[in-house]
Amino acid sequence: MTIAVASRQWPGEGLARVPYWVYSDQDLYAQEQERVFRGNTWNFLCLEAELPGPNTYCRSTLGEMPIVVARDEAGAVHAFENRCAHRGSLLCLKERGAAKEIVCVYHNWTYDLAGNLTGIAFRRGLGGKGGMPKDAKPEAHGPRKLRVETLAGLVFATFSAETPALADYLGPEIVARIRRVMRAPVKLLGGYSQVLPNNWKLYMENVRDSYHASLLHAFFTTFRLHRLSQKGGVIISETGGNHTTYSMAADVAGKEYEQAGMRSAQDDFHLEAPELLASVDEYGDGVGIQILGVFPGFVLQQIRNSLAVRRVVPQGLEKTELVWTCFGFTTDDDALTELRLRQANLIGPAGYVSMEDGAATGFVQRSARAAGDELSVVEMGGHGTSSEDNRVTEAAVRGFWKDYRRHMGL
Amino acid sequence: MDVAVYLQVQDLNTRYVHAIDEDRLEQWPDFFAEDGRYRITTVENVERGLPLSLVYATSRAMMRDRVNSLRNANVYESQRYRHAVGTPLIETGDGGLVRAVTNFLVARIMHTGETTLFATGRYEDRIALTADARPRFLEKTVILDSRQIDTLLAIPL
Repeated sequence: MTIAVASRQWPGEGLARVPYWVYSDQDLYAQEQERVFRGNTWNFLCLEAELPGPNTYCRSTLGEMPIVVARDEAGAVHAFENRCAHRGSLLCLKERGAAKEIVCVYHNWTYDLAGNLTGIAFRRGLGGKGGMPKDAKPEAHGPRKLRVETLAGLVFATFSAETPALADYLGPEIVARIRRVMRAPVKLLGGYSQVLPNNWKLYMENVRDSYHASLLHAFFTTFRLHRLSQKGGVIISETGGNHTTYSMAADVAGKEYEQAGMRSAQDDFHLEAPELLASVDEYGDGVGIQILGVFPGFVLQQIRNSLAVRRVVPQGLEKTELVWTCFGFTTDDDALTELRLRQANLIGPAGYVSMEDGAATGFVQRSARAAGDELSVVEMGGHGTSSEDNRVTEAAVRGFWKDYRRHMGL
Repeated sequence: MDVAVYLQVQDLNTRYVHAIDEDRLEQWPDFFAEDGRYRITTVENVERGLPLSLVYATSRAMMRDRVNSLRNANVYESQRYRHAVGTPLIETGDGGLVRAVTNFLVARIMHTGETTLFATGRYEDRIALTADARPRFLEKTVILDSRQIDTLLAIPL
């Protein structure tokens, strides 16, 4: 379904209403690539640990734009479009590797790890024949370079010269919450991806929706990993787009869910092998779960000792790849690594908790197609986008839309 | 090649995939030894030497927990699998220990009728074959060819 641009207006109720056409309008999707992903936003590309030494590279994305991220001889991190200056072939075909230069397979044009064109096969022709004119300037069509900043082992990039510095973009509270999780040099544990049958924004709303976690995810609630009655809160940046929700690990004996007969609370359900949930308070602050989102497409997760970065890759109006990379730290002993690997049962496409997010967001997408100008209701906790010391709120979801509308001019 | 061993492994594989495809998930843990290991990972993780799994169980009890959670807690749309397993490649060891590598394809059939090729890969199994007990998996590693999972992976592979 496509609505003419002129008729596209945000509902008068403001951030507490979201029109369904935001998930089903092809023109809007194309505009997002330009205004959001290639606009004044910082996009997570990879962990620094994925570039383990000088002369290494990996592939990433900026929205739909394919990107090469590389660490040069001197250790500096660069990011540039994965597109040859010549005919636009992908330059880098391997997911990751080590090399001093990147060579396009199509016609052997060569680039350094900063994305500079350094060599053209037969530029001067052969035997005085063929080749490029002397005044040709193919370098002018080279892959576009991104601004790169790293923070606590995370590599971010922006396409725009106008995006504020990363720390200003994130806001001080979000920076502090990132630094909290990234407490030591990263050790990669592995990854996978989950292809979600929905628009990318539905996933980023889901991440910010502190209200759903204990209601949709029965596993969470049953084992008191996460209940809204547990102490916790939501922190939202000035811009609205960046957020953290957190809850304390300490159990509360409350029976609010059971008394209300909620599906997610089942007293008779227990684990035969509770070692699955064995965990240690590695941060020493009692926070059991911290989920952090950065606009537009980044999530940093701490669920007990399960740590992961999640990168959202829009692959069309109704298709989103969610790339998960799980990690620990180089300081971990074998016992802590084993805890992280066991707790990984909670997350990812097969996770006791995370599997349902793929289902629920897909359910919204299927109804949104036909819902057009109808509005969804985002009114838990009122209409604001301020930080709160409870999680029975959709303030961070409204924050997402506040930032989205600013970037999109909607 | 000991034909009897070969047939026992094939029979174990066949009974295993039929139990899953016919939604007899409660029987799934019984194909494993009490302290059997089951995990699902990707060939990319294996080739990079990275230990992460999508599903990681180190006992029959942990597998029963997963079935219990799938039946009673998790939310996913009604779906079935249809496994096709290849001919196992077998190495026999001492004391009835067998290593088998078996290719598989799994189609997923949604309640809507939508059928897709959901997963391909290989099983790397360690199997205990003893005369006095039924054959069981000591370890089953499901190595997926792709890192991508469509929507979610609820039912074991």
